[in-house]
Amino acid sequence: MAYEDASLAQGNVITVNRESLRLRLERFPWWFLVILLVTAVTALIITTKSTYTEAFGFIRAGLSVTIMTTISAYFIALIVGIVTGLGRISRNVVFKNLATFYVEVVRGIPMLVLIFFIALVLVPAVTSSLNALGERLSAVGLGGLGAFFSSVTNKGVPMQLRAVIALSVTYGAFSAEIFRAGIQSIHKGQMEAARSQGMTYGQAMRYIILPQAIRNVLPALGNDFISMLKDSSLVSVLAVRDITQVAKLYAGQTFRYPEAYLTLAVLYLSMTMLLSLGVKALEKRFQSS
Amino acid sequence: MSGEDNIIVIRDVSKWFGKVQALRKVNLNIRRGSVAVIIGPSGSGKSTLLRCINHMEVEDEGEILIDGQRLPRSEKWINAVRADIGMVFQHFYLYPHLTVLENITLAQRIVRKRSKEEAERIAREQLSRVGIAEKADSFPAQLSGGQQQRVAIARALAMNPKIMLFDEPTSALDPEMIKEVLDVMLDLAKAGITMVVVTHEMGFARAAADEVVFMDDGQIIEQGEPAMVFDHPRHERTRLFLSQILHK
Repeated sequence: MAYEDASLAQGNVITVNRESLRLRLERFPWWFLVILLVTAVTALIITTKSTYTEAFGFIRAGLSVTIMTTISAYFIALIVGIVTGLGRISRNVVFKNLATFYVEVVRGIPMLVLIFFIALVLVPAVTSSLNALGERLSAVGLGGLGAFFSSVTNKGVPMQLRAVIALSVTYGAFSAEIFRAGIQSIHKGQMEAARSQGMTYGQAMRYIILPQAIRNVLPALGNDFISMLKDSSLVSVLAVRDITQVAKLYAGQTFRYPEAYLTLAVLYLSMTMLLSLGVKALEKRFQSS
Repeated sequence: MSGEDNIIVIRDVSKWFGKVQALRKVNLNIRRGSVAVIIGPSGSGKSTLLRCINHMEVEDEGEILIDGQRLPRSEKWINAVRADIGMVFQHFYLYPHLTVLENITLAQRIVRKRSKEEAERIAREQLSRVGIAEKADSFPAQLSGGQQQRVAIARALAMNPKIMLFDEPTSALDPEMIKEVLDVMLDLAKAGITMVVVTHEMGFARAAADEVVFMDDGQIIEQGEPAMVFDHPRHERTRLFLSQILHK
């Protein structure tokens, strides 16, 4: 009997092992392995095939523009987003309506159209009204300030700056909604407790509500950064020399389309994969605590 | 004046929520250093009345005087008054992202403008007072309900309030934790802190209250010493309410 029991137990152990192996095979992120493979193969091709090496060398030149545009637009969008998010839940009628107006307008217009509009209509409009203001100021004797305003020419605003402005305006509205949802997810008792201690609305927001809200929305903000990186490719329509634009130029000059666009696609993919791993780690860290 | 030192004066206060009238011309005086316990069925307006005392709710009619000063209606001036009135909530509302010590020091520092050292010293004093000095570096989520509520009491006391308001402080607690919170409140009552307590704990009311206030339908039906209200209620509604909650 004892022998039988032991063998039975052993059999069980084996089935358990088989089970867990099957489970592990099922859970294994195969998709990720494929992406790694594709990236590795492309990297191999880039290092061995001369046309690909050339294409990569060309496209790499746009990397700093892509990264700088993404990072600067993202951080401006965060600031715009917090302010607008607070506006969306504000009891101040003017503030609330301004914030809602901005968010709804941006959400209702395709990003590509917004980029054209902001870069080619809004920025020139602002510079020309600044110029008009400058002339007025000069006329009333404020020559120094007037000359400064007059000196801001439309051409003086580089396309990359316009691209950053356009992306910040667009993503500011997106992150505003993230912040608003984050703030509203905090129980209203937190605000009550803080206010009952004599804190002002602003102090309660700053010390009690926002720290908790931002913690809750960190993964969403991380995903926003990944989206921003991808959408930064849209600024190529303004002839800003990001990786998409230089790839386009390369393809146009050489007619080597696979070299240009495979390299470009894999470049974006490896950056976004890396970032999404970071976001997942962030999610895990804040779930456990 | 009449010689009575009323720290809270509530005069003809009415309050509506939409079309529902929560308070109907309520008048109530609370003497300095006394303990008032407000009882009554749910929806009788007792929590609303409590929340009017520090303007978490603003009365629509009438006026409330704290220490002889009329409660200001403007956002700007209310904060100074609130800093002097501690409030303890049914669901504690500790700040979950801060440690126990930080929970107690934050408002001291940004509202009372105390130094970090002073705020921490006071926080530790109050934590010892409520019997959980060793939990200073824990986070609220690591504490039991009873411990969390005691931290909330310490947080309110650290501001050196003139008045303490308790809004059903034991209603969200497991039965075995109610006593530890009531014991702390009893100590405060003995120490002469002015307290206004909304609760269903009749034992506490008997032991600690100078005055029991029975409310129903937005009105004060009767008030008096605990023995009077509990043993010889004058009104039928009080009698009915007491018989319901005391399972007689």
